[in-house]
Amino acid sequence: MVNFGYTPLPTHIHDMDKASLTLADSISFEDASFNLCIACGSCTATCTAGSFTNFSFRQMCHQIKRGESKQAIAESEKCMLCGKCTLACPRNVNTRNIIRLVRKANQTI
Amino acid sequence: MDLHAIQIPFHPFVLPFTIGLIFVAFYIIGKWIYWVSRFSWEDKKKIFVGLFSLKTPQAIWEVFMESLLHRKVFQRNTLLGYMHMSLAFGWFLLIIMGNLETRFFTHGRINPPYIPIFFEFFEHNLVSLDYGRFFTFTMDLLLLFVLSGVGLAYFKRFRSKPLGMKNTTKHSTIDRLALTALWLIFPLRLLAESVTAGLYDAGGFITNSIGAFMMTFLPLHNFYYASWWAYSFALGAFFVFVPFTRYMHIPTEILLIFLRKYGIAEKNIHSTYTQVELSSCSRCGICIDACQLGSDLGIVSTQSTYFIKSMRYDKPSEMLVDSCMACNRCDQVCPVGIDIASIRANERKMIQLFQENSYKYINGYEYRKAKVAYFAGCMGHLTPSVYKATLALFEKAGVDYNFIDRDGSICCGRPLQLTGQEDAAKQLIEKNIKLIENCGATVLVTSCPICAKVFTDSYKLKIPIYHHSQYLLKLAKESKLQFEKSDIQITYHDPCELGRGLGIYEEPRELLSLAGNLIESNNSRENSLCCGGSLGITNLTQEQRNTIASITLSELAVGKADVVATACPLCKKTFKSASEDIRIADISEIMLGAVQKSANKLISKEVNKSVIINN
Repeated sequence: MVNFGYTPLPTHIHDMDKASLTLADSISFEDASFNLCIACGSCTATCTAGSFTNFSFRQMCHQIKRGESKQAIAESEKCMLCGKCTLACPRNVNTRNIIRLVRKANQTI
Repeated sequence: MDLHAIQIPFHPFVLPFTIGLIFVAFYIIGKWIYWVSRFSWEDKKKIFVGLFSLKTPQAIWEVFMESLLHRKVFQRNTLLGYMHMSLAFGWFLLIIMGNLETRFFTHGRINPPYIPIFFEFFEHNLVSLDYGRFFTFTMDLLLLFVLSGVGLAYFKRFRSKPLGMKNTTKHSTIDRLALTALWLIFPLRLLAESVTAGLYDAGGFITNSIGAFMMTFLPLHNFYYASWWAYSFALGAFFVFVPFTRYMHIPTEILLIFLRKYGIAEKNIHSTYTQVELSSCSRCGICIDACQLGSDLGIVSTQSTYFIKSMRYDKPSEMLVDSCMACNRCDQVCPVGIDIASIRANERKMIQLFQENSYKYINGYEYRKAKVAYFAGCMGHLTPSVYKATLALFEKAGVDYNFIDRDGSICCGRPLQLTGQEDAAKQLIEKNIKLIENCGATVLVTSCPICAKVFTDSYKLKIPIYHHSQYLLKLAKESKLQFEKSDIQITYHDPCELGRGLGIYEEPRELLSLAGNLIESNNSRENSLCCGGSLGITNLTQEQRNTIASITLSELAVGKADVVATACPLCKKTFKSASEDIRIADISEIMLGAVQKSANKLISKEVNKSVIINN
């Protein structure tokens, strides 16, 4: 490895080989629209809960895809299921269903 | 033969019938007692008080109209109604007449129940007795009446469309067996009575002629006992099937009608009343055609009839519980009047996905102070044209209003309720009640029917709650708003939550008729179609939602309307994404267009400005 003189902090390294993608796999199996997300952030921009706290559906999707299930599940609890994000999503991601699936995973994991 | 001088006649063939009857009678009485005993004290008190009031004769009348005449099924389709009526009312009359006949001929003696049923077996020469011709004629006529219904039922198995049903219920094996037994009872009765009539030259106009005809080429004496045995077996088998099949609805519906009249209803959780309702479902399948998941998307296995069935015997699968738009159309068409919506909502509550402190982050937030509070809600914020138009009309009318959630609101809790998340919804409701109470409003107006529904049902606010269509109408009636009627053709779409949910059908129509000509679509008011945007369902894809929306929209625009009016931001949004050709507008936008043209532009500019400044 070339030594550039600096390295990423160990805490900032996310090793996808070690990440557990069970939640991501089960969600894309249950609701294929999960894979359509282009991370545009429209959901987060319109979010009702997002105007009170730093809740972000987009970030939650990233966490799921990175295998950070615990953080994603903790995050999902802030959602009010109001459905604004579903209407705002340009990719037709079934956001409310994904939240429900993440919440359900909370009970099974 | 002098019947009252001899002993009560008996023959072993009556045993299948008698045993079946005793079994089903004990089962039903036992079940009724069990159910009534399990009601809460409050409900028992209601039953006791109701029993000695006018409600009892009213309930008896309803039992006659619904359980026997099947009035609601008639209203749906005449032929279907006739089929149900001839079977239920015809059979009932057969029993009554049969009993009268035997009581008459045995000079008032009390007979065991098998005597009236098999009277022709025990007494062949009825015609020679007093009024014999009258009785034999009437009994044959009634049998013909019932048989015509059975014939229609056979026909319905092969072609159900003439009876007004596109889809019929897919029955389980035991239901089919019971159905077969029921379908055999009356043809076998006809056969047994005809054979007897042929052998003894008795019977009425049908049995006698069929018997005489069969005599010409059949050795009827060989069939004599066999036919009576078969008839008795069919009856007995049917009775034994009743408790385990859909035919349990026959005795249960009677109980249900009484309980409902006495004021017992569904609660927030499943109760004994739910048990009674579940057993009252006849699985007639009328709900299947009402469900848009079936008619628009071809999903025909999750409708209420299947849901209720799996609730009765087992635990419904997640698929069954979740696959429902909560539009309540099935609720509206159910001829038994089962509160399907509440049962499904309560079943959805079984899984609570959120914890006790999910929304603790909502702290130190306040709505704006107001006299007349306008609440746009989440969906309202997504459709700025709706609240802008509403507020412009408020300005015009000089209402001392404030847009209390201009800077954002918390969700009303209804979307969580619709998906069964009662605990989470309660947290939001509690927080929102405080916020609304703190803003000091005397009136709450919202343009979102979803919010209006939960405000009315669960908030218990001390101030009146208006949907904007109601409030605008009120302003118009108080002459604070004047509209100019044009010749614009408007079709009004009833949103589920506003129409079936809150029973608000007339106000929006009255308001719209001030602006233009209203055209009614085929499915309006209670039968209004869902736009497909429902928050009650999560497992539909956007494509499926669009399919529902475009079908609903095409139904609405069938009358060649210039504009489709809705009173719900979510409906508007859903329709818009499904079609670009048809003009869709919220009721407030149409009303704003109808205010005197000169003042119109100025006002909306002012509101626009004030909205921008305040943001």
